Amino acid sequence: MMTQNGFPVVTALIVVPLVAAVALLFMRREWTVRVTTLAVGILECLLSLPLLGYVPDGAAFQFVEKADWLPALGMTYHMGVDGLSLYMILLTALMLPLCVLGSWTYIAKRVTEFHVCLLLMTASCIGVFAALDFVLFYVFWEAMLVPMYLLIAVWGGPRRRYASIKFFLYTLAGSTLLLAAIVAFRQVGGTFSIPELMEKSYAFKFQFWAFLAMALAFAIKVPMFPFHTWLPAAHVEAPAAGSVLLAAILLKMGTYGFLRFCLPLTPAASETFAPLLIAVSIAGIIYGGCIALGQTDIKKLIAYSSVGHMGFVTLGIFLFSVKGVSGAILQMLNHGITTGGLFMMIGLLYERSHSREIADNQGLGKFMPAFMFLFGVFSLSSLAFPGTNSFVGEVLVLIGAFQGNPWVGFAAVPGAMLAAAYMLRLLQRVTWGEPAAYKPSWGDLGLREWAALAPLGILVFYIGLAPALCIKTIEPSITRVLSVMEAKNTAMGLTKDMSMAERFNLAAPLAVAEAADAVSKEHP
Amino acid sequence: MSIFSLLPELWLLGLVCALFVASISDKKQSVASWLPAAAGLGVLAALFALGERGEFLYAAYKLDGLSQFFKLLIAFGFAVVTGIAAGNKEGKDLTPDYFMLLALSAWGLMLLASCVELITLYLALELSSYSLYALIPLRGKDRRAAEAGIKYILFGAAVTALALFGLSYIIAAKHTTYLSGLAATSWSFADAPMAVIGLTLFLAGFFYKLALFPFHFWCPDVYQGAKNETAAYVATIPKLGAVVVLVRLAAFVAPHLEVTTILAILGAVSMTAGNLAALVQRDLKRLLGFSSVAHAGYVMLGLAAGSAAGMSAAAFYSLAYILMNLAAFYVVCAIAKNDENPSLGDLDGLYKRAPALAMILAVAAFSLVGLPPTAGFAGKLFLLSAAWDQGYHWLVIVAVLNTAISIYYYLGLVRHAYTGESDAPAIVWPRGYLIFGGALAVLVLLLGILPAPMYDLAAQAAGQLHP
Repeated sequence: MMTQNGFPVVTALIVVPLVAAVALLFMRREWTVRVTTLAVGILECLLSLPLLGYVPDGAAFQFVEKADWLPALGMTYHMGVDGLSLYMILLTALMLPLCVLGSWTYIAKRVTEFHVCLLLMTASCIGVFAALDFVLFYVFWEAMLVPMYLLIAVWGGPRRRYASIKFFLYTLAGSTLLLAAIVAFRQVGGTFSIPELMEKSYAFKFQFWAFLAMALAFAIKVPMFPFHTWLPAAHVEAPAAGSVLLAAILLKMGTYGFLRFCLPLTPAASETFAPLLIAVSIAGIIYGGCIALGQTDIKKLIAYSSVGHMGFVTLGIFLFSVKGVSGAILQMLNHGITTGGLFMMIGLLYERSHSREIADNQGLGKFMPAFMFLFGVFSLSSLAFPGTNSFVGEVLVLIGAFQGNPWVGFAAVPGAMLAAAYMLRLLQRVTWGEPAAYKPSWGDLGLREWAALAPLGILVFYIGLAPALCIKTIEPSITRVLSVMEAKNTAMGLTKDMSMAERFNLAAPLAVAEAADAVSKEHP
Repeated sequence: MSIFSLLPELWLLGLVCALFVASISDKKQSVASWLPAAAGLGVLAALFALGERGEFLYAAYKLDGLSQFFKLLIAFGFAVVTGIAAGNKEGKDLTPDYFMLLALSAWGLMLLASCVELITLYLALELSSYSLYALIPLRGKDRRAAEAGIKYILFGAAVTALALFGLSYIIAAKHTTYLSGLAATSWSFADAPMAVIGLTLFLAGFFYKLALFPFHFWCPDVYQGAKNETAAYVATIPKLGAVVVLVRLAAFVAPHLEVTTILAILGAVSMTAGNLAALVQRDLKRLLGFSSVAHAGYVMLGLAAGSAAGMSAAAFYSLAYILMNLAAFYVVCAIAKNDENPSLGDLDGLYKRAPALAMILAVAAFSLVGLPPTAGFAGKLFLLSAAWDQGYHWLVIVAVLNTAISIYYYLGLVRHAYTGESDAPAIVWPRGYLIFGGALAVLVLLLGILPAPMYDLAAQAAGQLHP
């Protein structure tokens, strides 16, 4: 295997949880299983530290690892990290130990299998973000469904059978056409390698269909309005750790897919579909906010707020401006931290009250101050309060929107106001409402619970107060993607006022120098 | 060219003879103790003979990459089926002559893999079919088994007549029965209308074996009626024989000819019909029966492509197919009580009653869907890319949409096993039997993660047909 930095960081991040998952099957005691998984989680975090050495202005893809997989068909084991995936990988690694800590007492049955699922999830999620071979990407993308299905189906709430089936059917049905697109790209581009595919340019007609096939898969995963119906069901029924993983990592795969595949591979089609996707995003922001306002179940409320937040992310992506896209990536990270934290806290609350209704969890401010403090931090972050992480992301997206088209900006602003309305309503009721079911035995946050939440709480403020570090790291990658996209569209002769029929006649330009330059910097 | 290059066939023939002796001896002894090991040695023999090349019997019998690859698969499948059957201690019908018929059928299929002349091919096909006609009704005094047997014979006889009729047309039009001779001529309808009609009819004989729409009606009924172990055999190994012949025949028709279009259309209809019918099944074996109709449709993707990549994809897929089906039937046989047919409800709570079986079932089911990282996914990917490269875009779209349909009933298996509740007692099997099943599941995963060695073998085999 060829590695760039000597030590195969990414492979280690994938292999360690897999090996641990197999090892867990031979352990008898629950305590050993938990401690081992926690240790593996901490090891994951430590192993991911070298990724912080990512050089923003360096090669397009760093930490590249390459090995033959199936030479006859041109499939390779090809891993690499760039600005789009860096923070997603770090977030995935961080979530593993936190999920273990958060489910320490929450999960009481089939403990070994639960942790095996967590480890498999971590491995496949990191694989999704790091894969640079289209087939490899698809393998991880689909492999992740099985452990997630089991997390919901086995450890979920009362309607878990319905929710898990819906989750599985929806996401799998969406991604079947993605497989057809992968096969089609191989025929047209001659390879499965993502960097090599990025260098080439394709005829509009091909881009049009390939974009639709890929966008369906990604839109369901995000989930974009009208494909979001699996999300509330899955979120509500999943166990706390499942919800956290779902919110923090799974949803990001969809938006990551848009950035990694749709924009660079089908730039002309992305440009053509952008108005539609922007409209759908705004519809999602408003719709998610309105529905969240009417919920009495805390988990459902957060689930619908996710639809709104992810709407901001897709909005940012399809603005095609550096501000918009960097806001979107930052928002992906922020949503993972904030909503992940909220779902974790709801899990802790559920362990105490055995109810997710707002009415049963009212007026806790007096009795559980530490809990309410952290809950307040995450809630404020969720409504993008200045000083917290989401504020930076949302503002960047809105700036991008106003730069592009003020009407888009005006349309998105009510979404931000709705977020304030439903989050503050929730926060107010839970903190100061009339105490309904509180029992002294509930107790405030314990040491373990602090440990599970503190890292996320710190990140809320760290990114909120010093966002420049993050943005600097991701911006070169974004500039690269957007400039390649523009160069390809120009070379193709695509202009904004072209009719659909004219666009369909656009053939692929022979070669786009800028595209080849930008991507082939892989090995400096 | 020595007699040893025929070692796989000879070994299996020796087994048939040994079983024959055992079946006429007075002592009622069980052969289950030594048969799986002996069949396992047959796999080794096939492995050693993998590189053998040569021609026998006036070039009617040929050892090439394709035949040796499929002989390995047949030997492996036969060994696994005997292993599954050996675990069934209560089975009263698992007498030496039962296994003799099984081995005889596998032997016929092995011969079929090497036949490159139409008459020889027909004889080998019938050799493998006749023992199945006798095997399927063998299930105590079960009336359904008798019904299944009659259906299989009647349907088989009709299709065989059709195939022979087609054969006569081919001989009349082309004046040769050697495949090499046939391959050298044109197969477009405009040039040789009679030969194309003849070939289509001849293919029908193998579509019947493969249970391709519209020759699939026997399949669910026979699976349901036959013993679980017989069903495990009928569902897997005879399909290999059909695929190897279809690969040989499809190698000389180019894509987008009339014959190839028929293959593509039958494939598309077959996967759709199979998957839709499977959605409503409750009986596990019936469900797997309809699922195999759908899988026969997927194989057509590779055959319709007609390219070297398509042929090797079809060969690889049949390997994946027997692996995942044997794993699924292993679970079916393991959970069956008193040789009854298990239904979906019998899977309830399997997770608690037999965790290992539940895990094997999950691997098999996800592989049958075509979910990575399993053999089913790798095989499907190869088929799709081969078909897309030859311009069968609509067929690829139909195939991936079918994956979306099929997920529902395959997931149903996992759902019953993992989320169903049941008070039924735990299922206890000796450790060795579970390790045997676990090995099947591991192979399914391994073939999905590292498909390269087996794919290269399949590509090598197909490359010789399609230089």
